[in-house]
This record gives sequence, C-alpha cells and structure tokens, in this order.
Amino acid sequence: METKQVKSFTATRNACKVCAPLGAGVVFKGIEKSIPLLHGSQGCATYIRRYVISHFKEPMDIASSSFSESAAIFGGRDTLRIGLDTVIEQYNPLLIGIASTCLSETIGDDVPRILREYVKDRAPQKLPHLVHVATPSYKGTHMDGFHAAVKAVVASLAGGSGKCMSVNVFPGFISPADIRHLKEILSDFKLPFTLLPDYSETLDAPAWDGYQRMAAGGTPLDDIMTMGGAYASIEFGRTLQNAETASCILKKRFGVERHTLGMPVGIADTDRLFNLLETISCMRTPGKYTSERGRLIDSYFDAHKYVFGKKALVYGEEDFVIAMASFLAETGIIPVLCASGGESGQMAGYIHGAIPQLKGKIAVKEGVDFIGIAEQARALSPDIIIGNSKGYPLARELDVPLVRVGFPIHDRIGAQRILHIGYRGTQNLFDTITNSLIKSNQDKSPVGYMYM
Amino acid sequence: MAILEQRQKQVYRKGKERFDMACDKASLSGSVSQRACVFCGSRVVLYPVSDALHLVHGPAGCASYTWDIRGALSSGTQQLHRLSFSTDLREKDVIYGGENKLYNALSELIDEYAPRAAFVYSTCIVGIIGDDVESVCKKVGMEKGIPVIAVQSEGFKGTKKDGYRAACEALAKLVGTGTSGNIPHLSLNILGDFNIAGETWIIKKYYERMGIRVVASITGDGRVDDIKNAHRASLNVVQCSGSMIHLAEMMKQKYGIPFLRVSYFGLEDMAKALYDVAEFFNDPVVMKKTAGLVREQVDAVYPRLLDYRAALGGRKAAIYVGGAFKAFSLIRALRLLGMETAMVGTQTGDRQDYQRMKELCDEGTVIVDDSNPVELAGFLVEKHVDILIGGVKERPIAYKLGIGFCDHNHERKIALAGFEGMINFAGEVYATVMSPVWKFKLRKPAAMPDDIYREPLFI
Repeated sequence: METKQVKSFTATRNACKVCAPLGAGVVFKGIEKSIPLLHGSQGCATYIRRYVISHFKEPMDIASSSFSESAAIFGGRDTLRIGLDTVIEQYNPLLIGIASTCLSETIGDDVPRILREYVKDRAPQKLPHLVHVATPSYKGTHMDGFHAAVKAVVASLAGGSGKCMSVNVFPGFISPADIRHLKEILSDFKLPFTLLPDYSETLDAPAWDGYQRMAAGGTPLDDIMTMGGAYASIEFGRTLQNAETASCILKKRFGVERHTLGMPVGIADTDRLFNLLETISCMRTPGKYTSERGRLIDSYFDAHKYVFGKKALVYGEEDFVIAMASFLAETGIIPVLCASGGESGQMAGYIHGAIPQLKGKIAVKEGVDFIGIAEQARALSPDIIIGNSKGYPLARELDVPLVRVGFPIHDRIGAQRILHIGYRGTQNLFDTITNSLIKSNQDKSPVGYMYM
Repeated sequence: MAILEQRQKQVYRKGKERFDMACDKASLSGSVSQRACVFCGSRVVLYPVSDALHLVHGPAGCASYTWDIRGALSSGTQQLHRLSFSTDLREKDVIYGGENKLYNALSELIDEYAPRAAFVYSTCIVGIIGDDVESVCKKVGMEKGIPVIAVQSEGFKGTKKDGYRAACEALAKLVGTGTSGNIPHLSLNILGDFNIAGETWIIKKYYERMGIRVVASITGDGRVDDIKNAHRASLNVVQCSGSMIHLAEMMKQKYGIPFLRVSYFGLEDMAKALYDVAEFFNDPVVMKKTAGLVREQVDAVYPRLLDYRAALGGRKAAIYVGGAFKAFSLIRALRLLGMETAMVGTQTGDRQDYQRMKELCDEGTVIVDDSNPVELAGFLVEKHVDILIGGVKERPIAYKLGIGFCDHNHERKIALAGFEGMINFAGEVYATVMSPVWKFKLRKPAAMPDDIYREPLFI
C-alpha cells in the first residue's frame, strides 16, 4: 500500500527497539540459577535492569564487568575475570551468561579465549557453566540478542545423551503468562518438554518468604544438556525460518527435527501449533482446548460487527507484529500499519503471505522509529493502536485506544500476566481489543449508552 | 550476610567499628552495582533543558533506555527533552567512523526542530572509534548559528560523577554567552534541581516571594537563553551534592559568583535553604519576607505532619539514593515523622559525606556505599525495616520481601521538595507503611538459611 512520503532522517527518533544485550539478559534470567553478566560499561547493565524491572516489576540482577578507561584501552580480560569471581562468590550460580556489548566488541576482546583461560586457571575449582554470546549493540535489536543467547546456550550445553522423546520449545520473547500457558498445553499433551528460556517463575515470582539471590525456576540445566536427545524442536517466529537458530544446531548435531511456527496468536496460527502437537504426541487435542477454541470462535461471531473494518496500527518486535497482524485480519480488523524497529527484511513477505487478501490495504514498515510511525499513522487515522507502552503519546495525540501488549509495558501493572498465545490468549486479546473499541465509541457518543 | 571481601570497607555499622569507610571508587566488577555510567550522569543533568536538542551519538540502546524516563517538567513551548534522538550507529559506522552520520543527523534535526542549542552525547564506542565529535559540533554550530556542544560522556570513562562533571563542562560553555535584560542584585540561579513533578516551580515561587529573581534554573525547567545569562546572577544555590557543584565552582572562579549548598527536602532543610539565601543577601526586607514565608508554610503543614507522626512513630526506614545530600535530608525528614533510619546508602557519596552521615545517624545504623541487590536485601531483612526509600531498581527488592517503598528518584510524579513536598512525602510514606497488604507477607523467621534471618521478622 502507498503510504505518505515522509522526510527521511539520519537520526533515529524515539526508537522502536532496544539493544541486543537486553534480549540476552532476559534469556539468561530464564535458566535455572543463572546470572547474566554484561561485558561492558556499568551503565549497560543498569539501564537494562531498569528497563526490564519496569516491565516485569521483578528484581533483575544483571552483573557488569564495569569497564574502566584502562580496560577499554588494554582490554577487558582482567575486569571480566574479576567480574566472574565476584559473581561466583556472591551468587554461586550454576550458569553465568556473558553477553558482550558494543564496547567490548569494538575493542576486540576475545571473550571465548578469556573464558577458556579463566577456566584453566581456576582448575580444579568447580565453576558454573560459562556461556558467551556476542551481542554488539550496534547490530540488530533486543530480539537478535534474545535469539543469539538461546542459540549460544544450546550450542555450548546441549548434548544428545539418552533419547528422551521430549520436545524442545523455543518460544521467543513471550510473557511469563504465555510461558505458563504453553507449559500447561504441553503437559496436557503428555509431552515431556524443555522450554528455553523459561522465565515464567523467575520474572514473575510469587512474593518471597525470604531473600533469594536467584529466583527459583528457569529452564533446568539438566534438561538443556539433553536437548539433543529430543524428538523435535518447536520454534516460534516466522522470521526465524531461514535463520541459523538454536533448533538448527540441534538438527545439525543431533538430527532433532525442526519445526518453525508463527507465534500462536489467532485461530489459524494456534491451530498450526495444536496440529503439530497432535502429530508429535500422537494424541488428540484435549477437550479443554477444543472448548477454548469453540468459545473463541463464538466470541468472534458475537463481536464481529464491533471490529469489522476497523483500522489498527500494530508495532513491536517483527514476529510479534506478524502474529498480531494475522490474528487481527482473521477477526475483520485491518492492520493498516505494521511497524517494527527490526530490520530482518522479512516482515512484509510474511504478513502479505499470511493475509494476501489485504495486501493493498496494509503498509509494512521495517526499521522505523516512533516518529516515523506517528507520521504514517496520522495519515492513516487508525481506530486502535496495538503494541507496547511507547505508543502512548501517539494514542493520546490521535485520541484512540491503545491496547498494551508485548514489551515493554512501563505504564501499567501486570505486563507479566498478559496472555497473548493459544486460544486462551487470543481470547484475552480479542476481548480486550473489542472492548477498547466499544469503550472508545461509548465515550465519544453524546448519548451515553449503557448497553451495547 | 556475607559481604564481598573487596566491598567490606564500603559498609559501616555505626557504633561497633572505627569509621574508616572506603568510597568514591569504581564499582567492583561483577558486584551488580546500582550505579549507571558516565553517560547516565551527563544525561541526567542536561536532560531537563527543554529547548535544546539532545542527540546521543552511539548505538540505539543508550538513547532508547533514556527516552522520556524522568519526571522533569518544562513550562516551555518546546519539549525536546522528552524526545529520544540517536545516531543509531551500525556495524559499518563502527568500522568506517560515525562522523558523517553525526553531521547529517545533527544538521537535519536542527533544521527540523529549531532548538536553541544542541548537546551531543558521546557513548562508549565513540570514544573507541575515535570520532572527532568536537569538530563536527563546531562545524554544525557555525553553519546553524546555535551552540552545538559535545558532551564527553563515554560510559567507561569513570563513574556517574564524571558524567555530572562532563555535563557541567558542557553547561559552562553556554554560561556567559548571554547579555540580555536587566538583572537585579537580588538574583540567583537554582542549580541541581531537576523540576521533578514541578519542584523547581515550588522553589522558584518561594524565592520570588522573598523578593529574589531567579535568573536561571539549571537545569530543571531549564532554558538555553536563561543559562546563557546565568553568569549575571548574584548567587548560585546548589542542590544535589554531586551533580552541579562543579559548575558552581567554575562560575565562582570565572565570574566570582559565590554559591551555597542546600537541600529542599524536609522542613528543616527547606527552611534552612531559604534562610541561608536570605542571610547571604543580608537585606532586612528579604529576611523579613523569608521569616514570614517560612512561618506561614510551616504553620500550614506542621499540624498535619504531627498526625502522620502519630501513626508512623517508631517505624524503621532504609534509604538508598544517588547522592548524599538527599540522604541527609531524608534522615532528618524521617526523624520528623518519628521514624528511625536503620540503613542508609548512596551511589556517589564521598568521604566527607559519609562522615557527616555517620554523625547524623543513630547507633547501629548501617551505612553503605555503592551497594548491590544482595546487600540491600540483606540489610532490609536484618534491620526489619518498614520502608525502603530509593529508585525503580530498588523497588522490587522491597516489594518481593513484603516491605514498603517510596520512590525518591527521577521517575516519580509527586513533588517531594519544599514545604508542601514534605506533606506529600509523609503521605507517600504513610500509604506504603500503613497498607494492610503486608499482613499477607510470606517471610517467616524459621526457614531462612542465612544468619541474617535469625531473628523473628514479624513486627
């Protein structure tokens, strides 16, 4: 679709992305007794902690190798070694996830080598697993850091011992509530599984009965070690289809079958997940879920006129936007603008592929920032905005409802508990979106109806 | 609780030990410091200047994480401080240099937004790839006819305090370049108040009622033209111990403007700030007005504070904030509410600050420098506190443990400075300490493995 030609800017203005180490930090929080350590300036860890804490409302301990000027000049080896010693002493973790930053990447620190030497020098001391992931902040977004960290964990830990007929699940960046739901689904299919990362408890923990250095939960390390013995890997995220991901490593090294699906939002994509689970488990979808599916369809029928032809603006991580766009289209909402700060180059193809009937009505924008989104949006006058908190200024300006989903949600409570996936998650999204549209009409009506 | 060996000298317990506190040093690698970096220090200080363009030269993250995250309000028509501009450096820029990108980004943004000045913040990799930011700034400044100032804020080049310093150096380039208007003798600049939730406006109103003109508020509700004229005021009044003292010192040296250090938090410190200023001008009319103002304000809030005190008396608090001056004020403000400070710490305090803190605190109080979540949680539990006063990063530690929390950092939306701010503060403390939700807290005395959990925790 033709969109308004707007002036292009060299600068990024109100970015629709954050940097790679953040994604890696979230992944390492989703592994049993694991501590992320960012190899860079103190600020990287602190800013990322603040950003993530404001979303999850949870403690988020991320260590930093706290670069000084001399480390920047002479290399970060010594400061990283001290950092590792300190983290081990203070937390005694099972795993330390070392993510680089733009600083350590640019000065050319050979982190794998520093770690090898460290392990050698500390022998015979029993050390935590040290997993390194390269996350230069000048490359990609937080999602690239997220996927890279998952891949690094698998690459360095997964083994093939014991054919365990379980499934590996790489769900991508979804909410703790989503992860819990996914685990429930897998359990109902009686499938043993390894879900990586699993921050459903670590980043949405119950109130503590005492101080915990590392929150309970996370993907068990023993399970990660045997991922190569699994029957299949399921990975969410269409843009990952042609990428070298964690599941590719498992396929290459251990022959584990790889299935890449879209994030299961909406009926079509959730059906794909359930069909796959039926095949893998040799079991019919439990009645609980067919009922959820039936109720979801029933609600589509009940509400179709409130949403039909409404124009939505959707933004966020690419795979999230692709999933949301397909879901919205199946309800009759037109995602007139699908935008992301990511630049995989694949978003338009997947969105138009999933909903070819709307091709002329949808603008897909990659690598955009919020000022760019706003300029487009003003011309498109959407009825609803769907995405994270950072779209609030635009929603306020356009006086349209903002349905907060995804990450980050910094201006509401309960971001961890937003359910997006499965029939149940779709139901939650659909009800919320529909009611937001109804509310908007109701509020703007001079009559003040108290019935629909 | 085991404190890391290298950090043991950064923790002091009043009473038992000889005071020999270590501070003012780089964070221990791996310790999960609550501090940020040099860039953060600069960004914090300059952020509220609302008619200046703030361009972060580096990858997108540094600008993203600081997009509109502070409650610094501006009365200006231009609200550029609430936007986030980044050169969003990519791999090829890192290899070939980012100067062209910076030049283009800067030129286009100035054309589009017509700022009165521009600040260009260097981030870590800019210092490494060796972009000549100064010369790009100079060139664009000449072409566009506005001050374009390079802020040397590479994250690794020191601590947050060095970032404050870099920001002061940047501001010093503006100060002294303005000449407009008549400025009376009874005039001052407000330094180091960031107009969080409109606090500068409260303070400004007090000064105006005392008959004193505020020339520039640097940087809360700051405006480039005011800052340019700041050298023409008679006095600099500096709040926030760390951030702006360097600018005050530079202005003293260059323009002979004396400065006073104050705090606007709590009744005692607020009143003292106004009296100190009045005394400086040594003008009977100002003094009379000041006395009247303080009396009126204290009379208005004191009876209400007594009500809070009746409810809160005997409760215990922990404080972990950026600068020491705020901590001093909080200790006194809590005391006014009948509360004891059982733990107090800062990110950036110096030796003198901690010495003073020690004198201010009760026996047994834990004083800590550049702490981390493990220590903070340990002290909260050990001291059985009812409330932690800190910032967003500290909040979940308190809540997870079933302890109240008051945000005293830059994200808050409630004014806590001034006399009326003290009432707000008391209300905030009351709302969290007296909440009925804590009766559900799960912490029980028996099941704790560490020695810090020995004593019963239910109060």
